Amino acid sequence: MMKDLVNPTNFNIMVGKLGDVLTRALDLPLGYAINWGRIWSLWPVHLETACCSVEFGAASGPRYDVERFGIIEAFGSLRQCDLIVVQGTVTRKMAPRLRMVYDQMPDPKYVIAMGACAITGGLYIDSYNVLPGVDGIIPVDVYVPGCPPRPETLIQGCMLLQEKIKRSKIR
Amino acid sequence: MSSDQSKTQNGSEQKKSSSDLTPTSISKKTESITPQFEGSLINQLVTRFGDKLVQVIYVRPGRTKILVPPNEIVQVASFIKDSLGFDHAESVSGTDYPNDNQIEVIYHLSSYSDDKLSSQILALSTRVDRNESRMPTLINIFRSAEYHERETFEMLGVYFEGHPRNERFLLPEDWADIPPLRKEFRIKGR
Amino acid sequence: MENEQRIDETISRGLEIVKEAEEDRLMTLSVGPQHPGSGHFRFTIKVDGDYIVYCDPDPGYVHRGEEKMCEYRNFIQNIPHLERPVIHDSTNITYSYSLAVEELANIQVPLRGQYIRALASELNRQVYTLYWLGIYGIFLGHSTMFMWPIGDRELFIDLLEALTGARVTHAFNIPGGVRNDMPDGFEERCLRQVAYFEKRLAEYEDIFYNNPLFRQRTEGVGILTKDDAIKLGVTGSVLRASGIPFDVRKAEPYDVYNEIDFKIQYMKTGDSYARSTVPFLDMKESCHIIRELLDKMPKSGEVRAKLQPNPKGPAGESYKRVESGRGALGYYIVSDGTPKPYRVKLSVGSFRNMLALPFLLIGSKLADMPSIYWSLNYWPVEADR
Repeated sequence: MMKDLVNPTNFNIMVGKLGDVLTRALDLPLGYAINWGRIWSLWPVHLETACCSVEFGAASGPRYDVERFGIIEAFGSLRQCDLIVVQGTVTRKMAPRLRMVYDQMPDPKYVIAMGACAITGGLYIDSYNVLPGVDGIIPVDVYVPGCPPRPETLIQGCMLLQEKIKRSKIR
Repeated sequence: MSSDQSKTQNGSEQKKSSSDLTPTSISKKTESITPQFEGSLINQLVTRFGDKLVQVIYVRPGRTKILVPPNEIVQVASFIKDSLGFDHAESVSGTDYPNDNQIEVIYHLSSYSDDKLSSQILALSTRVDRNESRMPTLINIFRSAEYHERETFEMLGVYFEGHPRNERFLLPEDWADIPPLRKEFRIKGR
Repeated sequence: MENEQRIDETISRGLEIVKEAEEDRLMTLSVGPQHPGSGHFRFTIKVDGDYIVYCDPDPGYVHRGEEKMCEYRNFIQNIPHLERPVIHDSTNITYSYSLAVEELANIQVPLRGQYIRALASELNRQVYTLYWLGIYGIFLGHSTMFMWPIGDRELFIDLLEALTGARVTHAFNIPGGVRNDMPDGFEERCLRQVAYFEKRLAEYEDIFYNNPLFRQRTEGVGILTKDDAIKLGVTGSVLRASGIPFDVRKAEPYDVYNEIDFKIQYMKTGDSYARSTVPFLDMKESCHIIRELLDKMPKSGEVRAKLQPNPKGPAGESYKRVESGRGALGYYIVSDGTPKPYRVKLSVGSFRNMLALPFLLIGSKLADMPSIYWSLNYWPVEADR
C-alpha cells in the first residue's frame, strides 16, 4: 500500500489535495490578517490638487485627528504610499502629473475622490481648464461629496474604504 | 471709441438705483483728500503732454484714469514715475472691446514711498488694435508689471515689445486655442 | 622640444576636461506639484553645488478661469466661486468684490452690516494666518508648529460657523451687506475666545519665535531691502517686513476702519524672520481690533440693503482693494449696464509677491529654500485664480 502511495501520479494528486486543504484553511485568516494590516496603515501621498487641501489639513489636526486611523502623511517618497486623496479640482495642467503619480505608486493602491470638483467638476463644470471629474483618468474607490467636505465626512470616507478593503480578496 | 468714452463719463455721474437707503450709514470715503488733489495731478500731466496726447477719462476721489496712444505710453509712464512719484504698478489687465475692434490695456499705478499718494490709484490706459495688438512694455519703468504683462499676453494676445518672455504662463502646455479672455471664446454650454 | 610639446598638450587636455566638468556642474531640480515643500506650485531651479543660480516659477496648476467665469454669472451669483481661490480667507476676497459692486451700483450698506463685515474679516484674518503658520511648521519640519495653530484655528472656525453657517466657505458678504445678523450670545463668545487666544499668542512667542533653531534658520536669510521691495511691488506682510508701514486699512480706510484705532506693525530687517514675525504681530493687533469693533457696534439695525433680484448699475468701472491676509487684494470691475459684469480682474497679493521669489532664491542656499518660499506668504490657488 505504501508503494502505491509513493507512486509518482498518486503522490502528485496527494500533494495537490493537501495544497487545496491548506489554501482553504489558511486563506481566510491569512487574508484577514493581511487586510487588517492594510486597513490600519493607509498612507496618503502628499499631493494637493486644489482648495479641499485645507480641509484635509484640518483633518490631520488635533481635533479631527486622522492619525489614530493610521493615516499618516508620509513625508518620504511616494513609493511607500498606498492611498491618493484627490483633493478638489483637477485642472488640465495637473492631470498628467496626477496620472504619473498614480502610476508610480506600488500595488495595492486606493483612490479617494474628495470634493464635488473631483467627482464631477463641481462648481467649475463650465470652466475651460477643469476636468469634469477625475474618474476619467484614474479608477476611484470612494467618492466623498461636499464643497469642501467636512473633516468628519472625510473620515467617514476613509472608513468606507476600510470596509471595502476588508471585503476584498488578497492577490 | 467716442461712444465708449461717453459711456464711462456717464458712469461718473451715477444715478441712484432703487435700493433702500438707510440714513445712518457713514461715509466710506476719507474727507482729507478731495478731487482737488487728483485734479492737480491730472493738470500736471496735461500741461506737460498736451490735451491731444493725454485724454482724461474720469477724476474721482482717489481714482483717476487717463488714456494715451500706445506709442507714447513709455514717455508718459516715465514722467509719472519721475515727477509725480508713483513707484509701482498694482495690476495690469486687458479688456476686450470687440465693438470698437480694440483691446484696452490698463495699468493701475500707486505709490508706497509718498504719503499723500498712497491712497491714490492712477489708471494709465491705452487702446491697441485687436488684430495687430502690439505695444511697448513698461517693465523698465515699473518692474512689478512683469508677470502681469505676461499673463495679459497669454490671456488676450497682446504682444509687449521688449518684454523678455512673451510666453504661456498659467495655461497648460498644450493649449491650442485662442486666448481665453477674448469675447469670441465661449465657455462650453453657454 | 618634443617634451615641451607633450607638456603643452597634456595641460590643454587637462584644461578641457576641467571645462567640461564645469559645464556639467549645474543640476536642474524641479520642485514640483508633488513635493512636501511646495504646495500646488512648481518652480524649476538650477543648483551649483549648494547654491541656487536660476529659478523659474511655473504656476497654473490650479488655474480654473475665475475671471472668465465671472462674465457668465450675475453679480450675486459670482460670490460662491469667487471665494474659492482662498477658501480659508473667503470673507476678505468677497469683501473687496462687494465694495466694488456697491460702488458701481451705488448701494449704501447699513452701519451694523459694515461692522459685522469688518468683524468677520478680522476673524478670517486670524484663521488664515494660523493656517499659514501651521504649514510653515510642516515645511520646516516642526510638527508642534503644525499642531498648535491648526488646533487653535478650530476655535475661530467654531465662531465663524456660528455666525455664517459654514466652516470655510462662508458666502457671507454680498453686495449690500451681509446675509444674516449675529446670533444671540455671539459677542460674549467672541470676547472669551479673544482673551484665551491672547494668552496662547504669548506662548507661541516663547516656543516658536524665541526658538534658537527657528532663529538660525530664518534670521539673515533672504533679505529684501526697502528699495527692492518698492521696485518689485510686493504687498502685505512682505512689504511691512522690509520697513514700509503700508496697510490698506490705514492708507485707504474702507467701511468703518477710519473709526478704529490700531497701529501698523512693521519691522525693518527684511529677512525671513521679519516676514514670519509680521503676521504674528498682525494677529495680536487683530485681537485689539476685534474688541474695539464689538465695543462700537450699534446694538441693532439692518444688516443688508434691500436689493432687486438682479442688481445692476449704470455702465462704469471701479477699482477697490482691501487688506487680506496676503496683502492688498484689488478688484477691477467693468460693467456695461447689464446684470452681468463685463470684465472682472483680481489683483491678488500672492501673484504680486511671486515676483520676489526668483529674486530672493538666486544666490541663496538650497537648504534655505522652504523658509524663503513660504515666508513670502504665497498661496498658490489664489495666484492662479
